[in-house]
Amino acid sequence: MMNSIRTYLLAGGAASLLFAGTALAQPTIYPAGAQAQPVAITGGTIHVGNGTVIERGALVFDGGKITYVGDAPSVPGNAVVVDATGKHIYPGFIAPNTNLGLVEIEAVRATVDDTEVGENNAHVRSLIAYNTDSKVINTLRSNGILLAQVTPQGGLVSGQSSVVQLDAWNWEDAAYKVDEGIHIHWPTVRFSRFGSSSATNTDAQKERVQTEIAKLEDFLGQAKAYAELGNVRISNARFEAFKPVFGGERQVYVHANRATDIIAAVSAFKRYGITPVLVGGAEAHLVASLLVDNNVPVIMQQAHALPYATDVDVYLPYKQAKILTDAGVLVAYGIEGFWQQRNLPFMAGTAAAYGLTKEQALATITSNTAKILGIDGYTGTLEVGKDANVIVSDGDALDMLGNDIQRAFIQGRDINLDDLHKQLFERYEFKYSLSDETER
Amino acid sequence: MIPLKMKRTLLLLVATLLCGAAVAQETYPVNGSHDERPQLFAFTNANIVVKAGEVIRNGTLLVDGKHIAALGRNQSVPKGYVTVDLQGKFIYPSFIDAFSEYGQASRSQRSQSVSGGRRSQIFESTKQGAYGWNEAIRPEVAAKETFSVNEKQTEELRKIGFGAVQSIVRDGIARGSSVVATLANARENEVIILPDAGAHYSFNKGGAETSYPSSLMGTIALLRQTYYDSQWYTTQHEEYNISLEAFGKLQNLPQFFEVDDVLDVLRADKIAKEFGKSYIIKAGGNEYQRLEDVRATGASLIVPLVFPKVYDVEDPADARNVTLAQLKHWEMAPANAAMLEKAGVRFALSPIGLGNLRDFWTNLRLALDNGLSQGYALRALTEIPAEMLGVSDKLGTLERGKLANFIITSDTLFKEGTIIYENWVQGEKFVATKVDVQYITGEYATTLPGAGAARLFIGERDGKLTAHLKVGNDTAETKVTATRTGDLLSFSFNPKGQEGTTRISGYIADDHPLSLRGEAVQPDGTVSAWAATHTAAYTAKASPRLRKTNAVSEGEVIYPFVAYGNTKLPEAKTVLITNATVWTNEADGILENTDILLAGGKIKAVGKNLSAAGATVIDGTGKHVTPGIIDEHSHIAISRGVNEGSHSVTAEVRIGDVVNSEDINIYRQLAGGVTTSHLLHGSANSIGGQSQLIKLRWGKNPEGLKFGGNDGFIKFALGENVKQSNWGITGSRFPQTRMGVEQVYYDAFTRAKEYKARMAAGDQTLRRNLTLDALVEILDKKRFITCHSYVQSEINMLMHVGDSMGFQVNTFTHILEGYKVADKMASRQIAGASFADWWAYKMEVQEAIPYNAYLMHKQHVLTAINSDDAEMARRLNQEAAKAVKYGGVSEEEALKMVTLNPAEILHVGNRVGSLAPGKDADVVVWSDRPLSIYAKAEKTFVDGVKYWDIEEDAAKQQALAAERARLIRKSLQAKSGGGVTQRPTAQPNMEYHCDTIGEIGEFEIHTH
Repeated sequence: MMNSIRTYLLAGGAASLLFAGTALAQPTIYPAGAQAQPVAITGGTIHVGNGTVIERGALVFDGGKITYVGDAPSVPGNAVVVDATGKHIYPGFIAPNTNLGLVEIEAVRATVDDTEVGENNAHVRSLIAYNTDSKVINTLRSNGILLAQVTPQGGLVSGQSSVVQLDAWNWEDAAYKVDEGIHIHWPTVRFSRFGSSSATNTDAQKERVQTEIAKLEDFLGQAKAYAELGNVRISNARFEAFKPVFGGERQVYVHANRATDIIAAVSAFKRYGITPVLVGGAEAHLVASLLVDNNVPVIMQQAHALPYATDVDVYLPYKQAKILTDAGVLVAYGIEGFWQQRNLPFMAGTAAAYGLTKEQALATITSNTAKILGIDGYTGTLEVGKDANVIVSDGDALDMLGNDIQRAFIQGRDINLDDLHKQLFERYEFKYSLSDETER
Repeated sequence: MIPLKMKRTLLLLVATLLCGAAVAQETYPVNGSHDERPQLFAFTNANIVVKAGEVIRNGTLLVDGKHIAALGRNQSVPKGYVTVDLQGKFIYPSFIDAFSEYGQASRSQRSQSVSGGRRSQIFESTKQGAYGWNEAIRPEVAAKETFSVNEKQTEELRKIGFGAVQSIVRDGIARGSSVVATLANARENEVIILPDAGAHYSFNKGGAETSYPSSLMGTIALLRQTYYDSQWYTTQHEEYNISLEAFGKLQNLPQFFEVDDVLDVLRADKIAKEFGKSYIIKAGGNEYQRLEDVRATGASLIVPLVFPKVYDVEDPADARNVTLAQLKHWEMAPANAAMLEKAGVRFALSPIGLGNLRDFWTNLRLALDNGLSQGYALRALTEIPAEMLGVSDKLGTLERGKLANFIITSDTLFKEGTIIYENWVQGEKFVATKVDVQYITGEYATTLPGAGAARLFIGERDGKLTAHLKVGNDTAETKVTATRTGDLLSFSFNPKGQEGTTRISGYIADDHPLSLRGEAVQPDGTVSAWAATHTAAYTAKASPRLRKTNAVSEGEVIYPFVAYGNTKLPEAKTVLITNATVWTNEADGILENTDILLAGGKIKAVGKNLSAAGATVIDGTGKHVTPGIIDEHSHIAISRGVNEGSHSVTAEVRIGDVVNSEDINIYRQLAGGVTTSHLLHGSANSIGGQSQLIKLRWGKNPEGLKFGGNDGFIKFALGENVKQSNWGITGSRFPQTRMGVEQVYYDAFTRAKEYKARMAAGDQTLRRNLTLDALVEILDKKRFITCHSYVQSEINMLMHVGDSMGFQVNTFTHILEGYKVADKMASRQIAGASFADWWAYKMEVQEAIPYNAYLMHKQHVLTAINSDDAEMARRLNQEAAKAVKYGGVSEEEALKMVTLNPAEILHVGNRVGSLAPGKDADVVVWSDRPLSIYAKAEKTFVDGVKYWDIEEDAAKQQALAAERARLIRKSLQAKSGGGVTQRPTAQPNMEYHCDTIGEIGEFEIHTH
């Protein structure tokens, strides 16, 4: 089948175009089989993800694991050699906090599976609803995103997220770290857009917030006691969901944006021995020392956002990564949504434009993210022993002008980088007889 | 002080008794004996303030019935007059509230947005009868018919000095006629002095059920159409319409227009000018923010004396929720009146909008503290409102023959501590506040049975007596409970060292010296005579003045009135940028090491080794210079509603009527290199409103933002928004399918053609129709279509409708399936603007691909990349870079997609979009290759004026922080000084998208 041939072609970077007209359908973009022989990517600039850059380096992986990274290639005789001269090699990007695979079309209710009813859904698991056949997934791979934290939304306790790799037949295959975290949306005062946010309204809301926090703390207290129970007489699914949290095996992600909410959240969790990951953190820079003191990392909201208030720096969302990094906070970028994730590398690019070094910026979508998600033992950097989650970009992948992902490997498996958009592109190149042109 | 005797009389007479007896109403029957009285009063030894600047010292004022009979210094008092010796007190004309709801039942206001939101639409008036189609147009409403005297309200108003009001039914866009009435407690027949006083309008639809209008621009369009309809109505004989008939009749009255914001003052004035009207505008109190523009309208204003409460900023977290604009307005609002006076704007003052009328004097004094002259203050409360209402012959000054509406005060009116003793309305006396309580206050010498000599202190707080005792030479106080009922007094206290209570029952026995007599009953029941003699005046303990003491404003007005506004508008300078990489978008292409000269707002030259005397030189080494970015599809800088989605065809509405110059997004987008934005109506209906092209001239007023001299455009829309498919309800508005959309267009243009034909034939009976006017402009190629579009079928459809109806779509905006019909567009020379990479947010974007721009471009479709989003617009250069990434457009061509191409699409390619001598100096200096993610807009020029500079911004941020700190300090002082506070609640800036419904977008989901 031609498809298997094309995925091994690299030069020219226009693999899909060579077959324009064949109109390969989305269902024929097969997940790749296990790595059968060693692969050596040579000659390119290797961005390890931990700050190290190796010019004209070599990256070798076998059996799905990285076996060598450095500038003195010792390529195994049976290796498939990928010449990446002049190109850039990165760890696969990781998209945290996304409803990818839980939603196909935002406005079509039947395709939306990210928000369960009720306030506390600690027991709800996203993994089993993750649709590996979503047309969106491949469009993310095409920009270098190879892993995602599939995250339920809404409510006070939204449920459990899992990290998946983006090349799978089904959710079992996709699972990378299962049920790794519970997501809590910290109660907050919502300012009304009605313009009627009178004092009483705000006061009433503050009271609601206090009530909700009290309820949450009550729950946490009981959950902790439950976790210590030897014999459970009455089984409770929500408490069960929290057992691994108190055992240190499941992360708590708390979604909060305002400084006061962040303080309240960190303080409350501390009382139960929990160090949460902060998600959102629009005002995190205002409480950076609290975050540092308590080892709370931040999955920041996307850089491409408007400032949260009229009076703050117009570039604040662009600069926040730099401010927090300088303060000693471990930060990663997240984007709300699913199809939007393909722009994740450009969040890092923006951070680099506004203060971080390019390698620091890269870390916000690779190694930092891996650390925060607790998968840094397997991925996040291009280091020996880790999974071969690797992308090869024609240019600087953090810049739209350079982001041209020509090869991608997940656990050493050679990934088909075709997607619905490229296919529709082909279809209309065919219509307009453009397919013989070299532009892409 | 008013003689005691008279005061006692006063105390005994209840005001209503007076009024019922004294005033006869000719046509009403009387139950029992008639009790008509001569009502002749003479006020002597008075300082009579005839009007501001004219005082009769030691004069006499005669009242005969309802009127002033005479006044003068040497006026003698004829026999039969009750003489009141005022002993040097002051008489002023009483105040007139030119804008009041007094006497009208309060109506619940329907939120404008809700009626335009996602619920079933109501197309016609729900009012039964031969009225107009739209319930918000209610000129037939006559306030005189619903006016009723309310004694509680009159009393409150009289206490603060008012004697007459204009009473308005404050509901609807055209609100009908008002009535002028005095504040006497008499029959309506007596107090109404002008039954048809003024015609009233507003931008608020009030309780109208009709869905249209759901936006400010719709409101303006409806009012304009009503003026035309009213003109047409007089020439036709086909229909009877109560509303239109009434509307016409009201035109001879003074015209009043209520708004709440300074930009609305300018909007109302624009309507006035269009129809040759002269509105008296009830303003919002922030006119100082665009003072010069307000002055230029020439309109008279009614300015509410309502100021924001101080923000409670004690908690820094709360303080973050207050915006600079809110803090500054809190500080500056009390200076508004003074600034208006200084600018020569004619205005009246009104308590309208005060939560509590007792704040009126506090606020008035605050306005005086802030520089309002006493003379103008008096005029603004008397003469000017009288003139506005056309009742100068009856009210406003103290002159012979006018109504006896005046107040008697202890001292000059505006002096701190001056008391209004009496308020006479139509010759009736009403006691204002606290006269009775005040006069027995003081220190008394007395002897208490069982305790001996003592001092009794009687004071007053909040209208109630307070008292305490000091026995002998004790310094300790004994608390005394004191009450007064007319001349009768009672005191009770617990004597020291005794069980039980001593009670005193007393009365006022004499005036000179003030003395009290009565009997005291000791705890054991012993009764003895009691007396007390006034020895000294009461000296109250200094009580904190419960006043929002933001004292005198020290801040400066900024333009616009929001963070990052400038105290002075920046000006165009001669600027030479040297040795830069210049992306010309001309045949020259990208020029390395090149200079560019800006002068007189234009690009003067592009070339090597340029020089210009006196030019500011910017070293462009390593920098890139491009034309300013042009956003073909934007919804920033729009006030109160981006969609008039209540009808399927709303070609009559104009974004140009609702440009909001105070939107922070203008500044934010300058920081992303944007210089021109095409502000579009939303996509809720097939034919939306007329768009407005603006330049981001940060600080200029709405008119000053307009591009100027450009072709007009109009928004059309297709697809899911138009057919309301994501509303979650089954809609009733036609169309609900794509099939119906085609018929909407056919119908609209069929009507437009017939209308045009009738116009061409000179049909005198033709009703001017603003909707069809806009469609005729399209047919005449004077207005151009930009159409919100997604899937190919409907795009194809509209092109065909255009072919057969004789119009052409200019642009398909954010056309996501443009790539599927690019050939068809190209053959008709229709342009395409696209999102770079949006998809998957709704059904109709399932085949939206990021290669769209490339494919259209390759098919020779003039292609732009647009934002439709306030955030994305800040980095349109990056969105253009996606055309390089997805497909491989060259960087130069991709840059054109956000500069030259949109300029040409918008028919302003001759002015902007490229860097060539003679073009507007809309220029951006970038830190890097302009499409790179690392490129920062370092400087942004519009018309040669530098509105953004990344370095100056840093200084601005510091200044902003300092100004906030100053205002927060001042707020804290005000709070500790007893100011009533409000909770900071910064409202999120309103960001509009295509499908934002209603004025405030509560129904928005991000489906674009």
